[in-house]
Amino acid sequence: MSDAENDHQNNQNNLEEGNSEELLFDPSLKKKKKKKNKVVFEDEVEQRADIEFQFEDQSDYPAPVPLVEENNETEENNEDDEMSIFADTKKKKKKKKEIVDKEVEEEEPAETTDFADLPRMKKKKKKTMTEFIAQLNDGVEDATRTEDDVFATDGEHVDKETKVEDAWLNSDRDYTYPELLGRVFHILRQNNPELAGEKRRYTIVPPAVHREGNKKTIFANVADICKRMHRQPEHVIQFLFAELGTSGSIDGAQRLIIKGRFQQKQLENVLRRYIVEYVTCKTCKSPDTILTKESRIFFQQCESCGSTRSVSAIKTGFKAQTEKRAAQRRAAAV
Amino acid sequence: MSAIQNLNVYDPFADTGEEEAGQPQGYIHIRIQQRNGRKTLTTVQGLPGEYDQKKLLKAFKKEFACNGTLVQDEELGQVIQLQGDQRLKVQNFLSEEGIDKNIIKIHGF
Ligand SMILES: [Zn+2]
Repeated sequence: MSDAENDHQNNQNNLEEGNSEELLFDPSLKKKKKKKNKVVFEDEVEQRADIEFQFEDQSDYPAPVPLVEENNETEENNEDDEMSIFADTKKKKKKKKEIVDKEVEEEEPAETTDFADLPRMKKKKKKTMTEFIAQLNDGVEDATRTEDDVFATDGEHVDKETKVEDAWLNSDRDYTYPELLGRVFHILRQNNPELAGEKRRYTIVPPAVHREGNKKTIFANVADICKRMHRQPEHVIQFLFAELGTSGSIDGAQRLIIKGRFQQKQLENVLRRYIVEYVTCKTCKSPDTILTKESRIFFQQCESCGSTRSVSAIKTGFKAQTEKRAAQRRAAAV
Repeated sequence: MSAIQNLNVYDPFADTGEEEAGQPQGYIHIRIQQRNGRKTLTTVQGLPGEYDQKKLLKAFKKEFACNGTLVQDEELGQVIQLQGDQRLKVQNFLSEEGIDKNIIKIHGF
């Protein structure tokens, strides 16, 4: 709410308070007001009571009436009765009716398609087509995503490709590019797999991360992950610390203790960036590379294509002071 | 993803963007640091000299509704410190100001 509005409201409140205060000071006025209020209220109650009475009257009528008047009218009255007494149920009935109507409406298109209603047919077909293509695209995207994901487990995406492959067979539409591509690779994989360029998918176990106490995180399988990446743990840990802006140590069981609270996903992201920067070959995307240090510069050499490139050094960069100054001074003094 | 991927000719001799190894200057580094509990701190290091950092800080503080300070580092020059994780906001702000997104490096988790 804006200040102006607030002010306005405050003013109003003040005015009202002022009025009531004035009334308090003037007993006669106050009485009048109260009386008025009461009267109005009573009126309302009376009105409501009237309504109730009306209903009761109506409900009372039919019982004596049928004997005197015609049957038709009594039926009507009975209906009125029901309406007045079971007003709620009547509403429910209405709702039910609406639902039924909806159901009928939903059923209708199917019926009309049975009657070969052409325009509707077309619409339906188009819808299913677009939906289908959307599904296809989703499937393709998912497949690439899992393929790119270093930490993902194997499986799934093969099924999706086969699904993609014969998806157009049952319809008279044209096949799409991804489908044809999928078909080519499927056949290629079946007949000569060495031509399909099937690379062994590069996977790494996800980091095993748990919390120690409130302020520390344990990264248990650093050693294993470093081994799989063919990198020195020191290099990886240096990168982790630089990226996370923190520090830590390795405990007796080769686990990395990181200061601060980090989730598995977060460490996964950092490791993924490490892999992109320091593990995969920029030329052929192979992860089979070795890192060597020559005169203070790191070089990455690819085992599969032989290319060499220099790699940027890990820089911690600016580190803000997060501890209390007093604690830091104490640490420096010790 | 382009419709016809085969036309994306891959050039093995193309720049990988990693030429300036060892001295990654000209980069703007946006980092995050954890403080106590859930609190975090965002640092912006290496902003181009033509920007008035004081004014930038003021704009950041107002735009992101956070507090911040300007820190003078002996080696790295002026560094902007902001409370909370403002990394993406800083990146968007800077790229909207016309700074090349490729020289902005976001660090952290
Ligand atoms: Zn290579």
